[in-house]
Amino acid sequence: MSTILLLEQTLNGVQFGLMLFLLAAGLTLVFGIMDMINLAHGSLYMIGAYLMASIAGVTGSFWVALPLALVATALVGVALEVTILRRLYERDHMTQVLATFALILIANEVVRLIWGSQPIMLNGPAGLAGPVELPGGIQYASYRLAIIGVGLLVAVLLYLLVTKTRVGMLVRAGASNREMAVAMGVDIRRLFTAVFAIGAALCGLAGAMLGPILAVQVGMGENILILAFVVIVIGGIGSIRGAFVGALLVGLVDTMGRALLPLFFATLFPPMVASNLGPSLSAILIYVLMATVLFFRPQGLFPARG
Amino acid sequence: MLELRGVTKRFGGVVATEDVTLTVKSGEIHALIGPNGAGKTTLIGQISGALFPDSGEIAFQDKPITRLRQHERVARGLARSYQITSIFRRFSVLDNLALAVQARSGSSFSFWRPVAAERALADEARAIAADINLAEKCDVPAGSLSHGDQRALEVGLALATNPKLVLLDEPMAGMGPEESQRMIALIQRIRARVTVLLVEHDMDAVFRLADRISVLVNGRLVATDVPQQIKMNAEVRKAYLGDELAA
Amino acid sequence: MKAALALLAAACVFPLAMHGLDQHFYIGFGARVLIYAMAAASLNLVLGYGGMVSFGHAAFFGAGAYVTGILAAEGLRSAWIAWPAAVAVAALAALVIGAISLRTRGVYFIMITLAFAQMMYYVFVSLKAYGGDDGLSLPGRSTLGFGLELKNPLTWYYVVLVLVVASLYLLHRIVHSRFGRVIQAIRENETRAEAIGYPVYRYKLACFVVSGAIAGLAGALIANQSSYVGPGLLHWVQSGTLMIMVILGGVGRFWGGPIGALVLLTLEETISGSDWLGPYALHWQLPVGVILLAIVLYAPQGIAGAIRKRRHA
Repeated sequence: MSTILLLEQTLNGVQFGLMLFLLAAGLTLVFGIMDMINLAHGSLYMIGAYLMASIAGVTGSFWVALPLALVATALVGVALEVTILRRLYERDHMTQVLATFALILIANEVVRLIWGSQPIMLNGPAGLAGPVELPGGIQYASYRLAIIGVGLLVAVLLYLLVTKTRVGMLVRAGASNREMAVAMGVDIRRLFTAVFAIGAALCGLAGAMLGPILAVQVGMGENILILAFVVIVIGGIGSIRGAFVGALLVGLVDTMGRALLPLFFATLFPPMVASNLGPSLSAILIYVLMATVLFFRPQGLFPARG
Repeated sequence: MLELRGVTKRFGGVVATEDVTLTVKSGEIHALIGPNGAGKTTLIGQISGALFPDSGEIAFQDKPITRLRQHERVARGLARSYQITSIFRRFSVLDNLALAVQARSGSSFSFWRPVAAERALADEARAIAADINLAEKCDVPAGSLSHGDQRALEVGLALATNPKLVLLDEPMAGMGPEESQRMIALIQRIRARVTVLLVEHDMDAVFRLADRISVLVNGRLVATDVPQQIKMNAEVRKAYLGDELAA
Repeated sequence: MKAALALLAAACVFPLAMHGLDQHFYIGFGARVLIYAMAAASLNLVLGYGGMVSFGHAAFFGAGAYVTGILAAEGLRSAWIAWPAAVAVAALAALVIGAISLRTRGVYFIMITLAFAQMMYYVFVSLKAYGGDDGLSLPGRSTLGFGLELKNPLTWYYVVLVLVVASLYLLHRIVHSRFGRVIQAIRENETRAEAIGYPVYRYKLACFVVSGAIAGLAGALIANQSSYVGPGLLHWVQSGTLMIMVILGGVGRFWGGPIGALVLLTLEETISGSDWLGPYALHWQLPVGVILLAIVLYAPQGIAGAIRKRRHA
């Protein structure tokens, strides 16, 4: 097990974790403030990737398309919130699960109708196609480094937004005690819409940035949605800090588990066993992580709710 | 019958009950009074098993119950009614009571026999319904009852478990004068077969019903005595009763 | 009661009619509807009657299917062994998953059940010996003996019908038994149920296990239905589909599961098989999603609830 491999997987884990954070942040806010389980969050991620692919195709430039795709995804999110999701705030969780699950079906089919069933191409920016040399002589894909950079930048911006601005203060108040926030005269509807728009934009960003690495296809939302939920359960519902820590944890455990566990098993067990055991165990690793965290901290690591 | 020794409970930095030592004698009606926020409901919660104390012990009929789960305490004869009505709203009055009777009448891990066929459960439930003056409303869904009737059912549910000691948490909450009189009469009727620990704000009811009164202020027990003595206790008056009783 | 008998009569006559009309495909379709009716009804027990929003029901359905498939692949094709084995494994899985999950509440419960289902999914996907991602084809349907050839569509349909009717009858008895009353009380007011003397956790766990066991039987049947098991049976989207059936039909209403299964599968079949929709027929999930959304928003009691309302209006 070489250091290079270890370092590379760590960076991959951080990169994946930061993108997960983008999804988890929006999800945890929506859940923490509006008390709504939104399964369609993954669909916004998918829509973001598809929109990015189309806009990049039209404009020919990755960096020009990116902010446009973000805004477009945010608009889709707002449209959804205003028409459908806002009716679900008062309903119980099961109803929300069902309704947003229906939205997943609808979104998947609409995407299929517009873009077809085959995965589509989304190319990364031309300038970042090659590897970059890191201290220590390791080659690492420059695009992935860019993702890490963008992820960290967004994390810092979100942190500033939530802790230093008035909107952020309202968000935090709403996350810890919604009734109090309402009682104090906060315009809840506008706040909710704003929170949702931010969440949607974050999803779009994640989708657009991960598109070149993972495939842009129908159903990509569902796979990452589960991970995002695991992240917020681990991190604590309503907490951005929890989403950050949780996302990095999950990103690292998942990436390194998948890469390293099979190798580890190969040294211990015969190849037949190792090739079966390795992938399945590494896949369930994050769920084991979630169960462990919940066992010691049933409310997650940084619960926002009082 | 019920003994509390040094029962203390903290929530974060707030001490809800502090070193409470109190005894409830068999057959008496023991009232627990105190200003809002004094810790009465927290104390009831620790006695019923909804919460566990941070320190101290609770014994019921000379046996320790401090760490027993709620349903185990009920099995031993310790039942509770709630300050905020907590009934089975979509069940009928009869089914509410029958449910409580069923809990103590053999195993409910029975999957085949239709429960509606069990006459014994229904008969006992009807008897309790009569006790709480809801005999004519047996088939009404509990959620449709008037407030006063719901409070009666609230007490009835606790009684249906056939307890030796019942904790009544503000049974008269939100009741008008006529309903309160009926509740007082109900409590007087049941005292013959069950010991009562009564938490109440309605001073008229407390002084009419209680054999002894304990006063809780800011989580501490400041006095336990017969009603006449409590009325004259300077510390109690200062902390709680104020001018009301002086008049 | 009369409605139930009418339904039963219709279900008995249906395949004969299809046979007569030379529409054999629909006999298989009918069997499929029945199997999903059983699976949905089993979910309704924990979801509708027990109030436990389990998003991992596919785990038990899929486990039952895979047990049957794996045994068949290893040469054990007797229904008398494979099907009870499926039930037993599913019940055991429900016991373990339930024991852990039921210690949590609300959204955490939903998440944990979801997570466990995903775990099982990954475990079965990784079993390359049994098909992995592509799934496993069975050599044929289970053997029943008594001269009954399950390969015959009519025989298969009636065997399924008997099992489904039996399981629905069992569920009916359970719902109206002492246990059923306690479970519904727990759904109604868990705190008070505990406060009047019921060890709530034990009841919820028992309910979970019974529900899982029945789902396991449905799984064994679905494996036989197409002589194929795939990991998709364990995917959380499958759990979602089962939930849709229950909600569509009416959660907490006895016929909710079966009605939902019938409506959803018929919708799927009609839309995806229709000629005049042309290439759009592939997108049958779109109207299904829209209908589901409409029901959730405007008719939360589902179809069974709407029928009830009409009758009493």
